[in-house]
Amino acid sequence: MNDYTASEMMIVAAARALADARVVFVGIGLPNIACNLAQRTVAPHLELIYESGVYGARPARLPLSIGDPCLVSGAVGVMPMSHLLQYYLQRGLIDVGLLGAAQIDRYGNLNTTVIGDYHRPKVRLPGSGGACEIALMCRRVLIITRLSRRTFVEKLDFVTSPGFLEGGDARARLGCYGEGPAAVITDMGIFRFDRVTHEMFLASLYPGCTVERVQEQVGWPLRVADGLDTVAPPAEKELRILRQELDPAGRLRM
Amino acid sequence: MREAIAALVHDGDCVAIEGFTHLICFAAGHEIIRQRKRDLVLCRLTPDLIYDQMVAAGCARKLIFSYLGNPGVGSLHAVRRAVEQGIPAPLELEEYTHLGMVARYIAGAAGLPFYPLRTFAGSDLPRVNPRIRQVEDPYGSGAVFVVPPLNPDVAIIHVQRADAEGNAQIWGLLGVQVEAAFAAKHVIVVAEEIVDEAVIRADPNRTVIPNLIVDAVVHEPFGAHPSYVQGYYDRDTEAYIAWDTISREPETLQQWLDAWVYGLSGRAEYVEKLGSQVWQRLKPGDAWSGQVNYGRYC
Repeated sequence: MNDYTASEMMIVAAARALADARVVFVGIGLPNIACNLAQRTVAPHLELIYESGVYGARPARLPLSIGDPCLVSGAVGVMPMSHLLQYYLQRGLIDVGLLGAAQIDRYGNLNTTVIGDYHRPKVRLPGSGGACEIALMCRRVLIITRLSRRTFVEKLDFVTSPGFLEGGDARARLGCYGEGPAAVITDMGIFRFDRVTHEMFLASLYPGCTVERVQEQVGWPLRVADGLDTVAPPAEKELRILRQELDPAGRLRM
Repeated sequence: MREAIAALVHDGDCVAIEGFTHLICFAAGHEIIRQRKRDLVLCRLTPDLIYDQMVAAGCARKLIFSYLGNPGVGSLHAVRRAVEQGIPAPLELEEYTHLGMVARYIAGAAGLPFYPLRTFAGSDLPRVNPRIRQVEDPYGSGAVFVVPPLNPDVAIIHVQRADAEGNAQIWGLLGVQVEAAFAAKHVIVVAEEIVDEAVIRADPNRTVIPNLIVDAVVHEPFGAHPSYVQGYYDRDTEAYIAWDTISREPETLQQWLDAWVYGLSGRAEYVEKLGSQVWQRLKPGDAWSGQVNYGRYC
C-alpha cells in the first residue's frame, strides 16, 4: 500500500515512537492525532494527559482542541490545571511530551512566540501555552513538525521552549529536568540527537525521500547517521484508523 | 447580566473572564462590548475568540496571557492586527507559560507575595517579561523562578449551576476557575441553571466557589457559546473554524460584531438568532455519573 501522504507517514511515525510510553502529555494539532493513533494501535494502555486537566482520556472522537468535552467523558481523572501542571508535570511523572514548533534549531530548541523582534514582531505566534514546562519537565520530548527552511533555522528568533540550548552539557546545567528532545519527526524522515554534542542528525528516511531533499529544507549543514535506515510505510490498519476514525475531514493529514 | 457588568466592570479595570476551553462566558464579553468599556487589562491563559472580539471592539489596552491562539485552528487575527500593526489600537502584551499564569492566580488567591515554580529555565520569556524573576532558595537548592500575584478587579466565572446566593458547582474541565475567583476582588458567577440550595448541599464536593466571594449571580442559559458547558452543549467547532475567516479582515469582523453583539439586546436574542438547528447539533447525548453515598448522621 503506497498510496499515502507525507503527513500521514509523519503522524504514523510519531504514533509508533510512543510504543514504549506509559504516560504522554498531548499537545494541540499533530501531536494530538499522533497520540490518539498510538492509543488505537501500538500503545493501547497509553495514558493521555491533556494540560486542560485530564488524566487518562479515552476520547471517542478526535478533539479539535485540547479542552474538548470528549476528553472528559470516560477519563480516569479530571482536575484543576494547578494540580495537573504542578503534581503530574512539574513533579516529573510524565514519560513523553509531544510538541510542535514554528521554528526549531539544531539543538532542538523551539520557538512558538514570534517571528522577528519580540517587541516589533513580523508575525506574532501563540506563545508557550504549556510548551515550555512540557519541554523542561517530561522525561523525554518528541517534536513533530514539517520540514521547511522557514522552520529548521540556523538561529531562532526566540527560545520559547528549551531543547539542548547551545548543545553539550548546557541543558544539564539548568538543573534537574527531563532528558530533553529524543527525536524530531518530520514529513520526510526522523532526526535524533548526538549523545555528546546533542546536535540533531538525520537518523531515518521515509520511503522515497533522499538526504539531498531533506538537506534542501534544513538551514544548516546537516549531519547524517552512518547507518541511515528507512522507515516502514504506513500499514493498512494505521491508515484506516487515521482516515476513518480520527481525521475523516483530512484537516491534519493532507 | 447588564446590571452586573454595569455595576462591577469599570473602564481601566483588570478583568478575567476565565475558563479553559470549557465555560468561557462569551455572554459577559459581549455585554462588556455593548457597554463600550475601555482600557481594560484582560487576563486569561488562552485569550481565545472572546478576547479577540473584545480587542477588535476596542475594549482592551493590555493582555496578560499564556497562549494566544484559536485552539486547533490558528491565529487570533484581531489580536495579531493590534500587536503587529496597531489596529484598531496598540495592545500591550504580558506573557507567561500556562504554569506561570496558574502560579500568578494561586499567589493572588492565597494572599502570597510571589509563587515559586520550575518552568522558564532556558527560555527567553524571563528576558522579555521583567515580572518573571529569580530568588535564592533559602533552603539551599539554588535559584528558583518566581511570579507575582495576579489579583483581577473582577473575575467572571461561568458554571453549570449555582444557587441564588452564588454557591457554584462545576464538573468537567475546571481550568483555573477556582484560583481566578479567589484571586479577584469581585466575582460575577454566571450559571446555566439556578438551583435550590438543597441541590448544592446534596453534593458539596462539587462546589468550587462559595457565596462568600460572590458579588453577583447571573442566570444566563447558553451563555458560554461557542465555548461549551459539559453535559449541556458541545463546543461549536464550526464557529471556531468560521471565526478564522470572519476575523481575517477588520470589515467582516465589524459586520459580525454589528450582527451578533451590538445588534442584539443580550444573550436571549443571541440564542434565538443562532436558531434551533445549531442548538440541536450541539446537544450531547447523556452520560450520567454514578451516585455516591455521603451518609446520613443524625
